[in-house]
Amino acid sequence: MNHLPVLAVALPLLVGAVLVLLHAVPINARRVVALLGALAQLALSIALLRTAADGTVSVYLLGNWPAFAGIVLVVDRLAALMVLLTATLGLIGLLYALAGQDRRTPHFHALFAFQVAGLSGAFLTGDLFNLFVFFEVLLISSYGLLLHGGGANRVRRSLHYVTFNLLGSALFLIAVAVLYGVLGTLNMADLARKIAQAPAADAAVIQSAGLLLLGVFALKAALLPLYLWLPNTYAAASAPVAMLFTVMTKVGVYAVLRVYTLLFGADAGVGANLAWPWLLPLGLATIGLATFGALAAQSLRRLVGYLIVASAGTLFVAIATASEASIAAALYYLLHSTLATAALFLLADLVRRGRQQAGDSLRRVDALAHRTALGLAFVLAAVSVAALPPMAGFLAKAMVLDAIGVQGHGAWIWTVILGSSLGVIVALARAGSHLFWRGDSAPGPAGAAALRPRLPERAALGLLLLLGVALTVFAQPVSEFTRATAAQLLAPQALIAHVLGAQPRAQLEPTP
Amino acid sequence: MELLLASAIGVLMAAGVYLVLRARSFDLILGLTLISYAVNLCIFAMGRLAPGKPPVIRDGAALTLAQHADPLPQALVLTAIVISFAMTALLLVIALRARSGSGSDHVDGREPGDQA
Repeated sequence: MNHLPVLAVALPLLVGAVLVLLHAVPINARRVVALLGALAQLALSIALLRTAADGTVSVYLLGNWPAFAGIVLVVDRLAALMVLLTATLGLIGLLYALAGQDRRTPHFHALFAFQVAGLSGAFLTGDLFNLFVFFEVLLISSYGLLLHGGGANRVRRSLHYVTFNLLGSALFLIAVAVLYGVLGTLNMADLARKIAQAPAADAAVIQSAGLLLLGVFALKAALLPLYLWLPNTYAAASAPVAMLFTVMTKVGVYAVLRVYTLLFGADAGVGANLAWPWLLPLGLATIGLATFGALAAQSLRRLVGYLIVASAGTLFVAIATASEASIAAALYYLLHSTLATAALFLLADLVRRGRQQAGDSLRRVDALAHRTALGLAFVLAAVSVAALPPMAGFLAKAMVLDAIGVQGHGAWIWTVILGSSLGVIVALARAGSHLFWRGDSAPGPAGAAALRPRLPERAALGLLLLLGVALTVFAQPVSEFTRATAAQLLAPQALIAHVLGAQPRAQLEPTP
Repeated sequence: MELLLASAIGVLMAAGVYLVLRARSFDLILGLTLISYAVNLCIFAMGRLAPGKPPVIRDGAALTLAQHADPLPQALVLTAIVISFAMTALLLVIALRARSGSGSDHVDGREPGDQA
């Protein structure tokens, strides 16, 4: 049996555990361990993607139990892609933190590794209750990371964030319990089969459990009524943490994609196409409100927070159209928006440090050190987020609009998405001109040298921007891959058969 | 029996939601605890209520759910209890920090009506 899938979860857990034990050794040794762990995780996730790229579904039976009785890990194209994205951002975030932000909390590296483990686990698991457990793993490390650095504002935001997520977990558990009570299984493939065969008498219970799950995922992904926590929380987090959190929002999007194509997809009998009628209007309203939020934001980090909300809205609109082309476009958009907003978070942190008094405020005027370099980086990221040619954001939005088309509700969707793009352009142009053009010239050479972004920080930001450019240059192969991923998602029969047909090994090799 | 358990879950949930909406940190934690009790009872009830059926295999009894209680919800409840216990402990620490930092036990860090 191929042990790669479980390694992608076990390795960061192991690295995190080792880092907890090493808390007394000098920080440089811990940095080396954390960095090696992140590099190994990246290599692992590339290997996973290579096995999944040709459409193979790998099923890993934890504890060698048959799939219906035990927990399974399932690697298909989508899971492998998301694990790779997590590993990439984990590595870059760690790199950025090496410049000194990791000194502020004793267990920063360990928490970071646990968060990566939780994220990878959530993407790989094929069991609904296990998805809940990995949600909790990634949440509990995110609580620690959010408090990273301390301060009254962070503590208060954490209180809100933890409360929100605990209520979400309670709803998740109720939905899982109801599904188990009706169908008698928690394996997602088995659930899909049983929902498709469920009698009409159970329809109401199954549908309400399914919509309860949608509420939980919408909370994680910051869909309209449940997005209020996000801009505040992300603005309070330190830069490397906020950057990793951009993937965390995408966990909600991933869970929607997975659960509502597999369990409640087109051939799901009583639960068929459960989520799409809800997601489309909510997604559109989210885009609209987030655009107003971005226009009204008074600091760069809150602006980026609203941009994340807007991107989640766009993703849900594209997913709710539920055609192969629109899901493929949504996945490309997901890659682009994660990388671009992550870059903007790092930039906001560098801007904050470059301006001594005003922080990243968009109201107060202050001099900014190194504004040419920061400004150029800002333009590169902002052009991509605002969906202007020639960057990946433009391609992504064009693909989304093209896939949705103009028939049916299409005209409305086009209006909202294009209107939101205009609003985002205005918001980013306003922020950019305020930060980089107003205020006096940079402080004198002595001050400027101290404010210079350190090498790891420049490397991390550069890597993110470079990946954004690479996404533009290699748009053809990437979009072919997302196309194949969407096709695999919309035809879940193969995956279901594969998971349920997975045979435990007859006997384990004798240990020497 | 079903009615009793269902109404107990409902009352716990309602009390929990009421306490959470009071927006005081101590009430919030009590409310979340009550909600987690309600959720745990709900998971437990999904294994069906039946007296005199052990969740572990007995000698001589057929291996069906007619002779045994479903052990899986009990395992799920155990996991959920551990997780919600840890989360409550963490939330307590955060609430204490917020209280000592802002001097108010309101979740927004200031009394309603106060100007920030």
